[in-house]
Parts: sequence; structure tokens; C-alpha cells
Amino acid sequence: MAEAIAATAGEMAPRVDDSRGVSRAGRNDTIFHGLCFSAAMVLMATLVGLIISLIIGGWPALSHFGLKFFVSSEWNPVTDEYGAAGPIVGTLVTALLAMMMALPLAVGIAVFLVEFCPKSIANTVAAAVELLAGIPSIVYGMWGLFVLAPWFSQHVQMPLLMSLDPESFWGRLLTGVPNGANIFTASLILAVMILPFIATVFRELLLTVPTYVREAAYGMGCTPFEVVRAIMLPYVQRSAIGAVMLGLGRALGETMAVTFIIGNSHAMPHSLFDSGSTIASTIANEFTEATGDLHISALIALGLVLFIITFAALAAARLLLGKEKY
Amino acid sequence: MAAPQKQGFDRHMRRKLINYAFVGLTLAATAVAVIALLLILASLVINGFGGISSTVFTLDQPPPEMPGGLRNAIVGSLEMCGIGMVIAVVIGILAGTWLAEYGDHNKLADVVRFLNDVLLSAPSILIGLFVYELLVVHVIHGFSGLAGAVSLAILATPVVTRTTEDILRLQSNQLREAGMALGAGKGLVIRQIIWRASRSGLMTGALLGFARISGETAPLLFTSLGNPNLSLSLTQPMGSLPAVIFQFALSAYDDWRRLAWVGALLIAITVLSANIIGRALARGSHKQ
Repeated sequence: MAEAIAATAGEMAPRVDDSRGVSRAGRNDTIFHGLCFSAAMVLMATLVGLIISLIIGGWPALSHFGLKFFVSSEWNPVTDEYGAAGPIVGTLVTALLAMMMALPLAVGIAVFLVEFCPKSIANTVAAAVELLAGIPSIVYGMWGLFVLAPWFSQHVQMPLLMSLDPESFWGRLLTGVPNGANIFTASLILAVMILPFIATVFRELLLTVPTYVREAAYGMGCTPFEVVRAIMLPYVQRSAIGAVMLGLGRALGETMAVTFIIGNSHAMPHSLFDSGSTIASTIANEFTEATGDLHISALIALGLVLFIITFAALAAARLLLGKEKY
Repeated sequence: MAAPQKQGFDRHMRRKLINYAFVGLTLAATAVAVIALLLILASLVINGFGGISSTVFTLDQPPPEMPGGLRNAIVGSLEMCGIGMVIAVVIGILAGTWLAEYGDHNKLADVVRFLNDVLLSAPSILIGLFVYELLVVHVIHGFSGLAGAVSLAILATPVVTRTTEDILRLQSNQLREAGMALGAGKGLVIRQIIWRASRSGLMTGALLGFARISGETAPLLFTSLGNPNLSLSLTQPMGSLPAVIFQFALSAYDDWRRLAWVGALLIAITVLSANIIGRALARGSHKQ
């Protein structure tokens, strides 16, 4: 297999012709090529193995509960009943909320850096924004638990609890135990975490808008706002949706930060300030303590669901961004 | 005559005002991000800096209400990250080389490239599940440092592969042709010329991979599990900084929480410096 591919690659590569002689150098070349090729195959085998192991591990739970696994929200290790609707909904809701908060900010940052920021500090500011992406998720989690949650409970949840009529629409949307650990604060942390990724991709996209298009618009007397709205954003629209999907993929799979602050309840969340769980936080919390075979299998099945969701987001991002981007 | 002129003037003013408001909003958005960064760094320094002392590096993690440090976790993290990085650098650079140098006009290379991207964006906790099923359940029969190192390697490899491919593609074909003209075979040209020319870029890939795994918690929770005592054995459970932070931060003991902040500060410093050095190297090699 390796030899066959080596031969075709050698024939088709425009740069060089692989030496196929029997000299020592030629043999070394073949060995080296084989090594590189096998490394690539190891990579491929890892992902295939990952998928197979998730399917095999999750199959007992999936076949036992069938469709009920996805629609029931009763998750009870004691009675061995596992319905994953709560974590699945929690995953989707936190990721979407985070995206809704992060997207306008990310677009604002990208536009500011490309259009308005003085060139001398633009790179420094951009680097600071990118540093946000470098902070490990467990640090975000600690910060959320010890800094954000107490502040949020004291300055947002308590006043709202006092002033809102519990029967009104807003009252029902914003009810919950005022400890700051809920779906909303989890989304807030997620938003900060994905913000740098979307902003960076957006900035690179805006930099691809040809200068003559922008200058033509300015020449017609457009204000910078009008240039951004009417020329630049439409120009990058398609790829921008790709960038959004990329950020969504990250938000969906984020584990530690969410585990710290979402409150970890498996029930279906009823309000924004209700505690909840995501797929990743459920696995992180329960996997080492799970003893029943069905419990472990249910957790792995959750992992499979998460893989499918993030894979869909990535595939969409690649389709929209084109092959070369991320 | 006056009316349309006034109208035009109003419209002009309105456009200008909207524009100012827009500039202000984009500035505010940037400020939010920068302030969030400063807030997080500030609380890390405030809560963690005071706890740094020599005992952090010389004592193992304590039982509640006892003096102690993070030695077992730091050593475990270093060992697992080190082994993980060796695996990731070897496989990542070779695989990236194959994609860049042998992978043109090759359907298989497109597939590998796509799968690498999938692996790059797969949630880290799933990597942990995979290694658990592969190594913990079947090969080693128990939680182990080796399983932790392998899961970190799987996380870092796609990063190294990707940067390697990108960097090698930046090298001009003239370099390759010059090597060929001297009679060197393709493999020799890659090893002796292309890799050498891309040295700082390859370093960047390794550093970014290291930055990704050194703060990883999720996959370690059910591969290396954790170990309150110092252990260097790869077949035993092994402590790690992120896992200890997770355990201590969620505990009810004040001195455990203090240690968790110290650990978080140490990790953040490590990861951020790896990121900064990696990017600086990348910028340096772009300029050349």
C-alpha cells in the first residue's frame, strides 16, 4: 500500500522525481517516505478509532433506551434510567446563548481593529484579544465560580428576584436559586471564551476585502459606518457564517468552565437562571463515579451525540469558509 | 430653496452621528474584551500570588487543613505533558511533512487533512473517553499516567501536524530544486534543507501544541485520574495540576481553594508564555 502510493505520489508530484534506484540514498528516501506516510495513517486511525469506540461503548444504552434516550429527561443512576434530553438541550441552549452574546462583540472588535484602531496599537490590541483564547478553560471555570457567580447573584439575581413579579413573563424567564450558578452565567463564560476565536477569524476576513472596493465607497462619500455595513460585511458574509459555526463548535464541546458554573442538574431547565447541565459537564462529573455498565454506556452515548453535533458544526464551517481556512 | 438644503444638512448630521455612535460601539466591544482579560488576570494574581512559596514545589498535596504543596501534581503534569509532546512532535511533524511534501494531487491526503481538522476541533473530553476505552479498560486495566500522556498526545498532534504543513508550504521550491541539483534525494532535501529552514516554525507548532495540552483537564479526569502521592510510574494513576485544581476548587476547605488558585496561576503563566513565545517565533519567521 505504502509503496503503491509512494510510486503514484512520485509520478504526480510536480516538484521532484522520487529516486527509485537501489542506492543507499534511495532506500533511505523510501524509508523516510514510509515513516511520514505511516504517521499520517496513525492520525487517521486515531480518529476512526475514536468514532468506533464511541459507537461500541454507547451502543448498549442506545439500544436499551432507543428513542427515549433523546426525549426523556429523567436521568437517574439509582433506578438505571437514562434520558439525555436535559443535557442535550443544555448544550444547545448554552452554546446558542453564548454565540448571541459573543457575535456582536466579535464583529465590533474586528471592525474596530481593521477600520478605526490606530495602526500603531492595532497589533497589540489584537494580541491581547488573542490572549483571551490562550487562558486554559479550568481558569475560566475558577474565575466563573469564585468571581463571576457571587457578583452575579448579588448584583443581578437578588435585585431581579426582589423586583419582578414571579408570575409575569420576565419573572418566569428569570427565576432560579440566586447562587449565580446557572445556564445564563455558564453562557456568559462561554461567550468570553469563544469571543477571541470569532473576532480573530472575522478580522482576517475583513482584511481580505480589496482596498479598491473600500476606497471606491469612501470616494462616493460614504461614512465609515456605511462602508462597513454596505460593503465590507456583505463581502465576507458567507465566510462569516463559517466563523460563527467554528465558534459554535468550541462552545458546544467546552467542558471544564461549564462544569464549574452551570449548577449540574439533569432536569430540563425551565428558565435562564435555572441550573442545568451540558453533555460535556455530565460526562466530566459522573464518569469516574459511574459503576453500572448501563450508566457508563449512557455517558459514552452522550459523548457520541456530542461528537455528532460538533462534527456537524465543523463540517458546516468548512463548507462555508472554504478549504483553506481553519 | 432653504428647506431642501436644511434637510440635506440634517441628513448629513444624522449620518455623521450614526457613524460616531458606531465607532463608539466598536470601541466599547474591544474594551469589553480587554477588560475581561485584565479582570481574569487580576483575580489570578490577587488570589494566587500570595500563596506561592517554596512549599508549593517541595510538598505533595495535603489532606484538608494540613500544610502542603502541589509537587506531585506539578511533577505529574510535567511528565505527562513531556511524554505527550514527544509523541505529538514525532507523529505531527512526520504527518505534516507527508501532507506538505508528498500529499499533492492525492485524494488520501485530502482525507487525512480533513480528519486532522476534525480531530483538532473534537471536544477534549471525547478524547478522554476514547483513551479510557482503549487503554484504561483494555490494555492497562486501570487508570495510569501513560493513558493521560496518550490522551494529551492525541490533543497536541493535530496542532503540530497543521502548523508543520503550513510552515513547510511556505518554503520556496527553489530551495528544494537547489538541493535536488546537488544530487540529494527527496527525503534528504526535506530533512537537511526544508526542516532546517523551517526550524522556528516547527518550534511554533510544538509550543502551540504544548499550550493546548498543558491546561487540559477533561481528558485527564478519567485517564490518569489523580494521585495524592508523588508517583513517576507510568502504569499507576498520576496526579496532574489541572485535576488537582478541579478537586480543590470545588472543595469546602479554604486552604485547598488557596492552593487551587496557586495552581491556576502557575498553569496560566505556563500556557500564556508558551502562546506568546510561539506567536513571536511565528512572526519572526514570517519576516525573514
